[in-house]
Amino acid sequence: MVAERLRLENALRADGDLKLVAYMMAGHPHKKRSIEVGRRLAGSGIAALEIGIPHSDPLADGPVIQKAGQEALANGMTVEGALEVAKAVAAEGVPVVLMTYINPVLQHDPRKFAAESAQAGVAGVIVPDLPIEEAEPVAGWLRAASLDTIFMVAPTTPPDRIATICSHSTGFVYCVTVTGITGARKELPEGMDELFSEVRKHTQLPLAAGFGISRQEHMKALRGKLDAAVVGSAIVDEIERGGDGVALVRELLKACR
Amino acid sequence: MSRSALTHPVDGRFGAFGGQYVPETLMSALHELEDMWHEAKADPQFQLELAGHRRAFIGRPTPIYAATRLSEKFGGTHIHFKREDLCHTGAHKLNNAVGQALLALRMGKKRIIAETGAGQHGVATATVCARFGLDCTVYMGTEDMRRQSMNVRRMKLLGAEVIEVKSGSKTLKDATTEAIRDWVTNVRTTHYIIGSVVGPHPYPEMVRDLQRVIGDEAREQYLSLDGKLPDVVVACVGGGSNAIGIFTAFIDDRDVALVGVEAAGKGIRTGQHAASLVGGRPGVLHGSYSYVLQDGDGQILPTHSISAGLDYPGVGPEHAFLRDIERVEYVAVTDQEAVVAFKLCTRLEGIMPALEPSHAIHQAGVIARELGPGGRILVCLSGRGDKDMDSVDGG
Ligand SMILES: Cc1ncc(COP(=O)(O)O)c(C=O)c1O
Repeated sequence: MVAERLRLENALRADGDLKLVAYMMAGHPHKKRSIEVGRRLAGSGIAALEIGIPHSDPLADGPVIQKAGQEALANGMTVEGALEVAKAVAAEGVPVVLMTYINPVLQHDPRKFAAESAQAGVAGVIVPDLPIEEAEPVAGWLRAASLDTIFMVAPTTPPDRIATICSHSTGFVYCVTVTGITGARKELPEGMDELFSEVRKHTQLPLAAGFGISRQEHMKALRGKLDAAVVGSAIVDEIERGGDGVALVRELLKACR
Repeated sequence: MSRSALTHPVDGRFGAFGGQYVPETLMSALHELEDMWHEAKADPQFQLELAGHRRAFIGRPTPIYAATRLSEKFGGTHIHFKREDLCHTGAHKLNNAVGQALLALRMGKKRIIAETGAGQHGVATATVCARFGLDCTVYMGTEDMRRQSMNVRRMKLLGAEVIEVKSGSKTLKDATTEAIRDWVTNVRTTHYIIGSVVGPHPYPEMVRDLQRVIGDEAREQYLSLDGKLPDVVVACVGGGSNAIGIFTAFIDDRDVALVGVEAAGKGIRTGQHAASLVGGRPGVLHGSYSYVLQDGDGQILPTHSISAGLDYPGVGPEHAFLRDIERVEYVAVTDQEAVVAFKLCTRLEGIMPALEPSHAIHQAGVIARELGPGGRILVCLSGRGDKDMDSVDGG
């Protein structure tokens, strides 16, 4: 079981600041390096780390994360391997959230996946192609293993549906800022604040914004509006170029306080 | 089992299969689409308009045709073709594209996207977009653009933008993935015309409803010959739209055997095939739960078929259901067998079939030899073969 301090609900709650959640792909560019990168990111000041499990057909991802996933798969990454990466990184004391598509979970066996994730010290799971209507029985097994089930709200989600999604979520609620797929954007869309305040009406959980977030200006724009920001493609891009994303995280963190 | 139990999905599912495994961003669009489709389906004005376009634009009803010389060659069983190759643009795909374009107009969406493998669905979509003044973008894999180059030129002439997809196996699966990603991004302004009975609910049901005209016509035409039904109805299965289209009318005719023919490529045992029902396992691809060619970790496998329209690692969820309840038998036919059937049909009947239905024609030959003289087979000739001349050597 995850320690109280590492529970997502506590780790992601803003405290006059904006928490930062980093994303990396397990096995990108290969397993050993991704564990190294994960450990460094763990100590970089982030509130939590999302670790992607690569999938051949990632419907919600843009070119950067898709390419990272393809590279990871080509270098032999598997669900089992990704759980090992997660375990090694979680041991550093950072809350780890797995992000994966539903088919790898189904084929691995969802009950086994839930048990093994919990054993690896994972705090929660996000499955972007699992809307609330399709969530059971998988979400039930995740919860039974004491994992948080994080669901997404999108700019296209109507208000009554937002309420239902919030009631299905534990740990935090993921607010997709853009109508679209992952990938760094220059500017965040207008109208985002309305989404956040609508979601806020329906839950006490921390709210995290994700998709497109990559710059200090974005952090400034988000601070005070919600609890956390997820930075994905921008970090993956750094890792793709041989870096570890830590410098980027530090720079972004300056704008979070 | 009653027709309604078989053909009406419950909560978006045919038995265990189907569903809506898509990013949250698309959910409200799928709900809107479902409502709009049920509303349109029940609207006599919409049906009247659709019927008019079927008659004057598509060229329906398409005839059924007695393939007498092929019948003789295959041992005397009577073989008939449902001539979907005579549809405007050369395949059954236009039945679906016309219906969905009318729906897009009704929803006020002016931008259309589509995926294509053989290019037939891309051409059908580009055609309806030209006809109704809609903006058209078609995703197509590099490999398919090469082997179906004539259709790429047709789409461009029709005013569509063809976007080359270079990821993965560079075929239909990857084109579909790209199209869905476009839809996630532009969902407010864009309607996605999926080309087969695949994808999240309500697509499998909606595309089936638009394609069932094939079987509804064929059953009546066949009965009008001598008052009897065929023993067997055969159709090729890529995503499964022409097959569902012809099968649906015969589902309750318990004496009529239904056979779906998948692509065995270089042989099922080589692993280089596209036979999801014959060689796959249940899983999620492109938003629905159905049979999928995948590895043990749920990664989608590369496929192979000489026929671009069958070269897909998934299949419509209704087929998965019909397989599991054993109402339809699914088999697979190799590249080589399909090419032989293509040439045989062309020489004996003066009809050049597409490589996709050539798989079904080969299987009709196998079944004919089992049935012997006096047997009765109806084949869905889903499209014509001009597009495939480069894939089939002259010999
Ligand atoms: C002539 C023809 N038949 C069959 C197919 C396969 O699709 P489906 O299984 O949806 O009928 C295609 C696809 O491109 C086609 O062009």
